[in-house]
Amino acid sequence: MIDLLQAIIPPALFFSAPLIFTALGGVFSERSGVVNIGLEGLMIMGAFVSIVFNLTFADTFGSFTPWLAMIVAAIISGLFAIIHALATVSFRADHVVSGIAINFLALGLGVFLTKQWYDKGQTEAISKPFYTMNIPVLSDIPVIGSIFFQGVYITSYLAIILAFVAWYVLFKTSFGLRLRAVGEHPMAADTNGINVFRMRYIAVIISGVFGGLGGSVFALTIALDFSSSTIVGQGFMSLAAVIFGKWHPLGAMGAALFFGLAQSLSVISASIPLLQDVPQVFLLIAPYVLTIFALAGFIGRAEAPSALGDSYIKGSR
Amino acid sequence: MLNVKSNRLINLLIPLISVFIGLVAGGIIMLIYGYNPIAGFSALWNGAFGDIYFIGETLRQVTPYILTGLAVAFAFRAGLFNIGAEGQVIVGWLVAVWVGLVVDAPIYIHLPLAVLAAAVVGGLYGFIPGILKAKLGVHEVIVTIMLNYIALYSANSIIRDVLTDRADKTDKISPTASLTSDWLQSFTDYSRLHYGIIIALIMALMMWYIMEKTTLGYEIKAVGFNPHASRYAGMKVQKNIMITMTISGAFAGLGGAMEGLGTFEYMSIQGDFSNLGFDGIAVALLGANKAIGVLFAALLFGALKVGALNMPTEAGVPSELVDVIIAFIIFFVASSYIIRWILTRMKKEENK
Amino acid sequence: MNDFVIEMLGIRKEFPGVVANDNITLQVKKGEIHALLGENGAGKSTLMNVLFGLYQAEKGEIKIKGKQVDISNPNIANDLGIGMVHQHFMLVEPFTVTQNIILGSEPTQVAGKIDLKKAEKEVQALSNQYGLQVDAKAKIKDISVGMQQRVEILKMLYRGADVLILDEPTAVLTPQEINELIDILQSLVKEGKSIIMITHKLKEIMKICDRCTVIRKGTGIGTVNVDETTVDELAALMVGRNVSFKTEKTTATPQEIVLEVQQLHVNDIRKVPVVKGMNFNVRKNEIVGIAGVDGNGQTELIEAIAGLRKIESGTISLNDERIDHLSPRKITEKGVAHIPQDRQKLGLVLNYSVSENAVLQTYYQKPFSRLKMLQHDNIDRFAKKIVDEYDVRTPSVHSQARSLSGGNQQKLIIGREVDRSPDLLIAGQPTRGLDVGAIEFIHNKLVEERDAGRGILLLSFELDEIFNVSDRILVVFDGEIVADVKPAETNEQELGLLMAGQFVEGRSVKREK
Repeated sequence: MIDLLQAIIPPALFFSAPLIFTALGGVFSERSGVVNIGLEGLMIMGAFVSIVFNLTFADTFGSFTPWLAMIVAAIISGLFAIIHALATVSFRADHVVSGIAINFLALGLGVFLTKQWYDKGQTEAISKPFYTMNIPVLSDIPVIGSIFFQGVYITSYLAIILAFVAWYVLFKTSFGLRLRAVGEHPMAADTNGINVFRMRYIAVIISGVFGGLGGSVFALTIALDFSSSTIVGQGFMSLAAVIFGKWHPLGAMGAALFFGLAQSLSVISASIPLLQDVPQVFLLIAPYVLTIFALAGFIGRAEAPSALGDSYIKGSR
Repeated sequence: MLNVKSNRLINLLIPLISVFIGLVAGGIIMLIYGYNPIAGFSALWNGAFGDIYFIGETLRQVTPYILTGLAVAFAFRAGLFNIGAEGQVIVGWLVAVWVGLVVDAPIYIHLPLAVLAAAVVGGLYGFIPGILKAKLGVHEVIVTIMLNYIALYSANSIIRDVLTDRADKTDKISPTASLTSDWLQSFTDYSRLHYGIIIALIMALMMWYIMEKTTLGYEIKAVGFNPHASRYAGMKVQKNIMITMTISGAFAGLGGAMEGLGTFEYMSIQGDFSNLGFDGIAVALLGANKAIGVLFAALLFGALKVGALNMPTEAGVPSELVDVIIAFIIFFVASSYIIRWILTRMKKEENK
Repeated sequence: MNDFVIEMLGIRKEFPGVVANDNITLQVKKGEIHALLGENGAGKSTLMNVLFGLYQAEKGEIKIKGKQVDISNPNIANDLGIGMVHQHFMLVEPFTVTQNIILGSEPTQVAGKIDLKKAEKEVQALSNQYGLQVDAKAKIKDISVGMQQRVEILKMLYRGADVLILDEPTAVLTPQEINELIDILQSLVKEGKSIIMITHKLKEIMKICDRCTVIRKGTGIGTVNVDETTVDELAALMVGRNVSFKTEKTTATPQEIVLEVQQLHVNDIRKVPVVKGMNFNVRKNEIVGIAGVDGNGQTELIEAIAGLRKIESGTISLNDERIDHLSPRKITEKGVAHIPQDRQKLGLVLNYSVSENAVLQTYYQKPFSRLKMLQHDNIDRFAKKIVDEYDVRTPSVHSQARSLSGGNQQKLIIGREVDRSPDLLIAGQPTRGLDVGAIEFIHNKLVEERDAGRGILLLSFELDEIFNVSDRILVVFDGEIVADVKPAETNEQELGLLMAGQFVEGRSVKREK
């Protein structure tokens, strides 16, 4: 049994980390009232930037390279997200359509520049990825240590810690109260002197930062290079985690962990006696089917922020 | 206030301006990276319309775009956002190929059967978000996104385990189910243009007819504009939502059949989406959700996509530049508010 | 030296195509309750939004305590001590009372953490100081509308507002709650606050206010001392001429029963029972008015009759035939027409043309459609007829309904509904928000239709309208019909008591409890 958990849990954590980061970004954006279907594109941008940075500066920064790549990817994706904010908040574009354009733009730019800089559609593999490690002290705990803290990526735990930080920010601070107010009733927030546009810009930029983190973590732990098929659907799965987690940071984290588990099972199911006969496809589609069930109210009703998807127009009701 | 005429002009100007801005952005990017935009764009043009072969290929690409564009546009008219065209294309493609493979019948039965099967299954796949929206109020955008992935992984699994013995693609469909046309091929210098273009044009006509001439279209548009008033007026809003999503899904399913029975005549495992459905959203938006607009927009996107393939060879520009151009076009069509604002501003200045 | 706290001088505000305010002057003294009176659409809310910084005026100046100021956003208004309670409350439903009140000026500890305990104490203390009885920890979605309004008032007090703007504060309240609100307002004034009250209810002005500024069609008419004026004078100032509150009509001669409602129970959208065993009927050649404060089950009653809301128990019959459980379409076909309360939400598809709206319920019938195909020529011809007969001012029947004025939209709906020659015509607040000309037209039309042999059920929250048009008045309170009287046999005071749920000897229907 312990062997089994040891086989399942670390890869589940490993698959979930990018989803957790990105889903947290989704929570910020959607809590402020901006639908973010562009999470996929933000992840693509993060993956692209982190790989390029890693390839370019591996010699300069040595073992710090993946960390710096992550930070740079977060910054660039945050800036990239401004386009989505500009379209949805200032230009009153349909949020879904703008998100789709973000996805197109990120993929187009990423692959265009890859071809431009590397003369082919796929980069080399990076030399300085994140490596699995045993977490000091914790990994020595009997049973639990070997399941949860041996052979894991530190980024997985960073994601989980950030989920709690996000929860604190959204639900305990004045910034969070204002951000949620803007997503529920922008005019009420406005009359209370909160700058709705600015809050939404900030929220969307935060979602870009988190999406960039998610994309870079995926690239630096799983993909290890960049091409048009590096990020295929992880952003949408993160969006599913946002909804499945009922727009709550910890809920989204739980959903992302669960989806990561499903993914890890689909990869290693052949070696697990119990799951051997379950077709892989069921595990692949499970996150999506469950999200539909959650939306349909079969697993507790998911209530979206009231003003989600509405562009705020000053002076109108 | 704006009068009706200038409003119409603006509605026509918005897509044109968006396309223009998209192309200019593409040109600027080419300049930044040291390409000659004129060479780039002429390569694009030549790749789309340069000779009869390219024209044939462009029209071949236009065919599924018309259908996915219609799918998205039709749903939009009822106030529904069908992002699920992608998944509906996949199930339509899969079923068309399936029927094309296993049924043994003369062409006048086999081909219509395969086409119809794609439409029906695509329609059913559209019906799922339709009924969830109508009965439970679940937002169709998220459901259709989820259904896209379910379709993708399920289709891959069926190709690998049901239609083949763990192969990456199916056999070629029987000739009796094929839309390919020797005549169209030889006429276009052996492009892959097939009879599907006729089906696509008929469907565009059908959408126009339903929307403008029938009571069903009247109801669908009323529901799209104002579901409360529609219910008050005795229309069955839920039924209309389900019908709309089903018809929308059927259009997209047909789009899949075009690929399965026409362009490729088989289906292979897909790592990612073909983007026919997502591009369909762009087509519908640019075409203002009208059948005639969809035709023009599909032609534009078909030309961009096919023409792009010529850009690396003729001008050395990576073909993905076109994806960037398309993204910009979508942004600006979606941001029509700002274009409208600028245009009315300009008009006011003129009047002063 | 004057003692004005607020001076708005020569204010002009334009929107694309409309001048909402033109040369309006408003001067408010310290410690008074100042009414801002005008019809719907006269520009009252716009003026207040200018004062509150939501809009910027094109012309004119604003002085606070004699000092000229530039209020470019609500923050500045707050800093200047101006607070506003909007007609539609600006409250975030899933938040608590305290969270709503502190939103935007939260007390924080380290790391941006909100000091909720401290805030709750402060809010509770403030509530107690003014006797507002608000629970600081309750969630907004769980408290009554009257309580929500107090939260709004608290919100302003928390921000240290000296001038409170209240937009139609009594519109959503029960008579009981209105009295409580008046007490609150008076205690606020005693504490030195000044209050601007936007309203079009003359009697409330007479009762509560010290002075009253009147605006009409966007322009300022003048300011009067309430002590020195009368209701009739205020009404004349508001509408610009002496209004004849009487619609010419003959006495009704009711015939056989058209609509019969028995033991009807209906729930509202939250599944709370709101119609609790209503019994009544409407006869041919009779206008039955439903009087009551909004929110006592009237809306749900009408929706139930029209088939838009499911009934829980009881029966609704039209010409002795049950119509409950029928679809809206079947009910329409049986002979019920319905002028809905919310004309833009329910009555029209604003993006559709006048023609298309004219056949909203009948588009599938001959001659408008054949074999499921629309016959546009016939539809246009019909629309032209409605436009002519009901004086709908529109450039063309192909114009969007959106481009019509409110009065013309309503005439289009009325024309469409009446043209079907229904047995029963339900009119929900048919004159809400319309100008006097349109109101007269519609009242006359209702009487005309009554004389043509229809049964008419009129729902209105304006007592004047009820008195003016009805042949019989049903008073509803808390989901029940508490009185059934003739207008000639009662008066406004008595109806007011009945609407407030008071027992009136000889009038109240006996209630078995």
